[in-house]
Amino acid sequence: MLAFLSKRLLQLVPTLFFVSVIIFTLQQLLPGDPALVMAGEERDPEVIEQIRKQYRLDQPIPIQYVYWVKGVLSGDLGESMRIKVKVRDLVAEKLPVTIQLACMAIVIALSIGITAGVIAAVFKDSVWDYAANVFALWGRSTPTFWLGIMLIFLFSVELGWLPASGYVRPSEDFWGSIASTIMPAFVLGNVGAAVLMRHTRGAMLDALQSDYVRTARAKGLLERVVVLKHAMRNALTPVITLGALELGELLSGAVLTEQIFSIPGFGKLIVDSVFNRDYAVVQGVVLVTATVYILLNLIADIAYVLVNPRLRG
Amino acid sequence: MKTVLAATAALALLGGAAAAQTTLRIGLAEDPDILDPTLARTYVGRIVFASLCDKLFDIDESLNVVPQLALSHETSADGKAVTIRLRPGVKFHDGEPLDAEAAKYSLERHLNMPGSFRKPEIAALDHVDVVDPLTIRLVLKTPFSPLIAQLTDRSGMMVSPKAAKEAGDKFGLKPVCAGPYRFVERVQQDRMVMEKFQDYWNKDNIHIDRIVYLPIVDATVRLANVKSGGLELIERVLATDIKDVRSDPRLKLSTALELGYQGIDINVGNGERAKNPLGSSAKVRQALSLAIDRDALNQVVFNGEFMPGNQWVSPEHPYFQKSFPVPKRDVAKAKALMKEAGVTAPFEVDFMVPKGAETQAVAEVIQAMAAEIGINLKIRVTEFATSLKQAEGGEYQAYLLAWSGRTDPDGNAYIFHKCKAPQDYPGYCNGEADRLLDEARVVADLPARKAIYEKLTKIILDDVPKLYLYHRRVLIAHTARLDGYRQMPDGLVRVVGLKLK
Repeated sequence: MLAFLSKRLLQLVPTLFFVSVIIFTLQQLLPGDPALVMAGEERDPEVIEQIRKQYRLDQPIPIQYVYWVKGVLSGDLGESMRIKVKVRDLVAEKLPVTIQLACMAIVIALSIGITAGVIAAVFKDSVWDYAANVFALWGRSTPTFWLGIMLIFLFSVELGWLPASGYVRPSEDFWGSIASTIMPAFVLGNVGAAVLMRHTRGAMLDALQSDYVRTARAKGLLERVVVLKHAMRNALTPVITLGALELGELLSGAVLTEQIFSIPGFGKLIVDSVFNRDYAVVQGVVLVTATVYILLNLIADIAYVLVNPRLRG
Repeated sequence: MKTVLAATAALALLGGAAAAQTTLRIGLAEDPDILDPTLARTYVGRIVFASLCDKLFDIDESLNVVPQLALSHETSADGKAVTIRLRPGVKFHDGEPLDAEAAKYSLERHLNMPGSFRKPEIAALDHVDVVDPLTIRLVLKTPFSPLIAQLTDRSGMMVSPKAAKEAGDKFGLKPVCAGPYRFVERVQQDRMVMEKFQDYWNKDNIHIDRIVYLPIVDATVRLANVKSGGLELIERVLATDIKDVRSDPRLKLSTALELGYQGIDINVGNGERAKNPLGSSAKVRQALSLAIDRDALNQVVFNGEFMPGNQWVSPEHPYFQKSFPVPKRDVAKAKALMKEAGVTAPFEVDFMVPKGAETQAVAEVIQAMAAEIGINLKIRVTEFATSLKQAEGGEYQAYLLAWSGRTDPDGNAYIFHKCKAPQDYPGYCNGEADRLLDEARVVADLPARKAIYEKLTKIILDDVPKLYLYHRRVLIAHTARLDGYRQMPDGLVRVVGLKLK
């Protein structure tokens, strides 16, 4: 196990190296000049020159890359050109916000998706089944920005129940935090719910037609016990895996939702930084995101190996 | 038990005090950059500074310069020295006094700090002399008439020397100025919190305890917030939402005509792309100007709320040249000009338009109008940062561009029309125009300066390197509970005198 682990950890080094090169190169392909964007409305040539010098934008790209990597290796992701705050601090401030949003969204997606999926399978070809299918289709095909704005008009402007936008930290006011994130979490979870519903329905239909369910029914068990205890438990294993994958999707899906609801998370940070050509922030955020994905992948691999020792070779 | 009771009573009292606090929540269209008057560069940042950092001078509704931290100013006969008397008894948020030494420090910081965005604005300044504890003298390299107007904006903002020396280029993370509100905290992209400064020089006119600025990018969401009571004031309301705001009894709309303008840069000499019938012939450009119905454009896209224009200042500005009124549409004359120019119509023109709902609508209306005289504008919607780079490199033929405007007309004309100036994207060079632009910087007397600008206006309207279209209104929506709000043409949200009912 130790050998496997050290081998995988060693493989991380070239992977992260390539990721860093790709991030840096792709960013250079962004049209527009960061110094020109930073120089304000006046765009005075002297100021532009000063910015280029200060942030080493006047150096060749490989040199800029070396400086960046050197910083990253010593734990310094650089500093935002726009607001002069350490990228590390920005990441530490924004990541928990997006994680909170994604977790709430996945809870919403799982609760709605699984419930609707099970109901659709059990009452196949009934009104309930059609209703659940229409719901899934609607969830998948409704644009998030439209749904977001409609929810704001309904729950904030008309009913006055929820704040229209903004974010409250759970440490400041727990219920206030839930109120400020429930609409964006629903918008985000809605798409996932639709996908999960379709998968749950399929898996449940398979399970309900399987031999062990027939046996359970033959034993004279109550239908409720057959559905919930026998069929659902087996059907849900792949659905939960899908849910975990959806979580990754949600982290990136948060980009648009955070923008609509002015949630100061990772998504909003990256969008604003790209538009302001705040290179250090873009690089830092993308690198952190990539590292998180790679580490999650590694954890999944280790978990597989723990379950199935044949993979250790 | 006694302790518990006492604690409960104390908490209740505290709760009561907190409830009585008034907070003004302001929705901004963007997240500002760093809150350091020397290093800041965004328009939205200036809105936040309005509560945080007072300036030597301010402007009123009619664009007159009025005193703020200064009491008066006097320019020497040769125009090379400006003596400024400071208001006595003014303190910074850290308790340090605002005296002549502090004012000298602030101005020299704007002038000399590496990366200062103020340097070009006050480049004429050579040094600052301390005359007495409340008087400074600004010694200039050359006479520069827009100087006092510059001091009504960030260049005139005073910072605490003690705090600025300690923080260096991180001063903007916790700014210490002499405005009505002091900085409490900032969560990037989320909020900026300010609280009433108890030692403010004009504290009797400050009636609101806290101000919270919240950046909310989407205009519809900003409006929803002010409608639902989540915010008390929002800036940059869309012209198409004006009706909605006016019909809501809980809201009020405050407007002022902007200092800036909207126009089209035409590439007349910036690289190879200038070589086309529009870029090569002033007559064709004049024809395009005549083909555009500015009134109709304003009606169609902005419900008639904005003001058509043809100069770098609006028809309401003291420097507007009445001898060159905004032209009416004249297709026959436009076609005649095209004929005179000897161009074969129709021909295509690459029209770069920065992304945005309103800009695209404007571009489409102009496209339809221009097509009638045989100019086929090919709209190319481009993300803003990219469009700037391409404009600078001359990779365009026509470019729809806005300018937020400056108090002094020099700020709207010099860097655009002077040959090879930072924003001379059209690549326009005219010796006589350059001479007039420089002359207007030296003359201080309004009628004399206006006469210089009149000559310049004629040249620009003949050559048309930039085609001026219209002037927006600054649109602010706020709750009807907010009392005493007055909108100034610079678009900033001034907080002195405001009350929440």
